[in-house]
Amino acid sequence: MPEKTVLMQGNEACSEGAIAAGCRFFAGYPITPSTEIAESMSEKLPRVGGKFIQMEDEIASISAIIGASVGGLKSMTATSGPGFSLMQEGIGYACMAEIPIVIANVMRGGPSTGLPTKTAQGDVMQARWGTHGDHFLIVLAPESVKETFYLTIKSFNLSEKYRVPVILLLDEAIGHMREKVVIPDYGDILTEDRLVPIVPPQWYKPYEITTDFVTPMAPFGSGYRYNITGLTHDEMGFPTNKESEIISKMNKLRDKIMRSTTDIVDYESLYTDDANTLVITFGSASRSAKEAVQYLRNHRRKVGFFRPITVWPFPEKQLRQIIKKVDQVYVVEMNQGQLIDEVRKVECYHKKIFGINRYDGEMITPNQIIAKIREAK
Amino acid sequence: MTQPLVLNYLRAKKQFPHVWCPGCGHGVVMGSLIRAIDKLALSKDDVVMVSGIGCSSRMTAYVDFNTLHTLHGRPIAYATGLKLARPELPVIVITGDGDATAIGGNHFIHAARRNIDLTIILMNNNIYGMTGGQVSPTTPYGGRGSTAKSGNPEHPFDISQLAIAAGASFVARTTAYHVPAMDRLIQQAFENKGFSLVEIFSQCPTYEGKWNKRGDAATMLKYYKDNAIPVTSKSKYSEEELKDKFLIGILHHTPKAEFTAEYQKIIEKYQIKEQMTQLSQQKGKNEPEASSKESESPVSED
Repeated sequence: MPEKTVLMQGNEACSEGAIAAGCRFFAGYPITPSTEIAESMSEKLPRVGGKFIQMEDEIASISAIIGASVGGLKSMTATSGPGFSLMQEGIGYACMAEIPIVIANVMRGGPSTGLPTKTAQGDVMQARWGTHGDHFLIVLAPESVKETFYLTIKSFNLSEKYRVPVILLLDEAIGHMREKVVIPDYGDILTEDRLVPIVPPQWYKPYEITTDFVTPMAPFGSGYRYNITGLTHDEMGFPTNKESEIISKMNKLRDKIMRSTTDIVDYESLYTDDANTLVITFGSASRSAKEAVQYLRNHRRKVGFFRPITVWPFPEKQLRQIIKKVDQVYVVEMNQGQLIDEVRKVECYHKKIFGINRYDGEMITPNQIIAKIREAK
Repeated sequence: MTQPLVLNYLRAKKQFPHVWCPGCGHGVVMGSLIRAIDKLALSKDDVVMVSGIGCSSRMTAYVDFNTLHTLHGRPIAYATGLKLARPELPVIVITGDGDATAIGGNHFIHAARRNIDLTIILMNNNIYGMTGGQVSPTTPYGGRGSTAKSGNPEHPFDISQLAIAAGASFVARTTAYHVPAMDRLIQQAFENKGFSLVEIFSQCPTYEGKWNKRGDAATMLKYYKDNAIPVTSKSKYSEEELKDKFLIGILHHTPKAEFTAEYQKIIEKYQIKEQMTQLSQQKGKNEPEASSKESESPVSED
């Protein structure tokens, strides 16, 4: 398919990116504001020989995509807050059993049923810590429709490469916004496939501790008969209660992500060389924040901009380099203050850290950000 | 004869002893299942077995297939995704009364409604065994368990009837006593293309037996023997006689369109459409003159 320029919605860009990344299975349940992803996948998938199924609820949806991924297909689901809460048990399973899946969470106002048609960024912490137990996963947050397309592809690539669930954190504003996107020829898109074993079946250890902590994954029905379980398991995939095996499994889950942060972590920074004030934000809020930073720059204020693209793992090292040069920090987010705690972890002793928040269901505006920064001095 | 079957189909060297208590019926079901698979000559590399959480669901660790031990109540949802992704693989779901009809009740009825080609082996022991004998959705009214010590105030599900009402195309019931029938019914369940349920009453002497003073495993098996009425001879009994009995055998078999096959048709439809548009686009590029001529042709000629 040749390159094409189209006007599309964030949710459509997500499904377009998924198909480009090689996604061939989608299971979902209708929920505002993510439904357009399911609707477009139901048309796009059969065209490329893929499968779509509307399940009976979100728990079933995440279960079905894990099942399909075990069968060897790149799989995803899409939902919003209430559905995302229901999916947490499946996310934990995919972490433990190391099954690659992608979950798009188009955030809306919460808690509970909250504000179905309004925007918010309140699921930052849930995306990281929603399921029980120690676990490590990857969360990406795009700021535009175009970036949604590319980060959906990246979600699949990271998920397949590290055998980990990847959460794409959109919000209502981006999901329903329409922007111009240049969709490249699919042949020009770099896609990553999970490693498959090359050893004969009798030598295959489905959860072997390897040097990079990622083990090749055989799809079911390929001649490698093995066991997958959500119970803590040994290298062969069978339940274990042995301390040494428990520790090495838990460390494997941590190290495969945390020792690869240079490959995984992505961020954007602007005007940080001479900045004495830093604005940190992510997702759709960064549109207003960028505008505000630009305005203040034009008025000779030395303001810098930092945006984690991978919200988790959080770009700690990169932010630490920048934050040590500034005097004050503003964290702009559409919630009552979640990402700000991550910033405090990076630098909590010497800097003044302020939150600029909005949580009434509307987009934060550049004026609100400018006013708060000017108020300081 | 048993010896080679055990060596061939069980992970005999690694995963034993198993977790099932002495006198439990689940091992008998596992034996029956591997005999049925052996008879049907299914390849071990192809067979996928998905289970949930509970005593019955521990079976996946013991058998040498592609085994997926999932979350409580979810095996049917996992199996739905796997079957749709790989329709060529035979997918078996191992589950219990609590797993399939309490926490997983929604997935159970919706998979039956879709008539997706899964073989569900449901071991019904009327109790939660793994957590120590709590009442389940199939514990009889007045029956006892660790969470209903003075008798269950709730009424039970009839799982087979539930599956029939939800749209399953094959439903059979048997018990851990009726082993040859179980072998046969599991085979027939495999042969049905669609949602196939085999509900197997399987005794739990450790908890269900103890709480309800049903005696040892042998006494419980004898209860199955004395109270099971083959569905084929149902007409010989009066309603009064059938009241405290239960029917065994094929309770329902009505083949209908299967979900993954139906979905394949959708894919073909879309792909034909796609090819047509590609062809017409190519035609438009290759023969610009012809198409312009067509558009120029006067309407009156048609």
